[in-house]
Amino acid sequence: MPQKLFGTATVDVDAEGFMTDFGQWTREAAAAIAKDEGIAELTPAHWKVIEFMQKDFKENGQVPSIRKLNKSGVISTKELYALFPGGPAKKAAKIAGMKKPEGCV
Amino acid sequence: MEDKIRKVSIIISKGGLDGVYPGLIMANGARMEGIEANLFFTFFGLDTIVKKRMGKIKIATVGNPGMHMPSFAGILPGFSAFATSMMKKTMEKIDIPAVPEFIEMVSDAGCKLYACKATVDMFKLKKEDFCPQVDSIINVGKFYEIAAGGQIIFT
Repeated sequence: MPQKLFGTATVDVDAEGFMTDFGQWTREAAAAIAKDEGIAELTPAHWKVIEFMQKDFKENGQVPSIRKLNKSGVISTKELYALFPGGPAKKAAKIAGMKKPEGCV
Repeated sequence: MEDKIRKVSIIISKGGLDGVYPGLIMANGARMEGIEANLFFTFFGLDTIVKKRMGKIKIATVGNPGMHMPSFAGILPGFSAFATSMMKKTMEKIDIPAVPEFIEMVSDAGCKLYACKATVDMFKLKKEDFCPQVDSIINVGKFYEIAAGGQIIFT
């Protein structure tokens, strides 16, 4: 199992860098993963998305889709793409310490 | 990875659900991967972006061997509407939106939408007949210009 050092924490990750143990996730790790993904600073808007995704993941066991984020009033699709440029669902899931999203939409 | 796909231009030419959805899913999926995406609607595929038709796209029940039933059943009145409604329910369950919402989603995701000029002329349509997400009505030459440097997919 590969490991990665994020901030002061060493976490288990898969081949693509997604964390495999959500229990190891910290806000500090999230900020370090975000930097790796080209997001210099996590703003309150980023945190709102991350926190909703984590809550939904705990409740349903699945990474919520972009559509769900939009429909639940958390963030519009346009804003989501602006916050996490170059692949919002994947990047947000990675920063939130979750597995890679599996759905097609 | 040097051989990563950076841009796709997808042509939707058929007007049934099975013609429309694959193109929309591929375009949206491209944007989800950070790939630049364009959608070009032509011939019956144009219904996808015509305001009064986009919500009424159906699955073909006649001459469609994928329906797994004798063709005569498909000609029964209302059968196509019934099959379409069944399919829509299933898709909603797996989080795939209906066509009008899908168009809004893919456009918000940054995909550009274009209508084919030859088809627009043939069906005597005007810019106002299209949903607001449509960028412009373009000819095939302009399409190639827009698609330059990327992959082209015809569906």
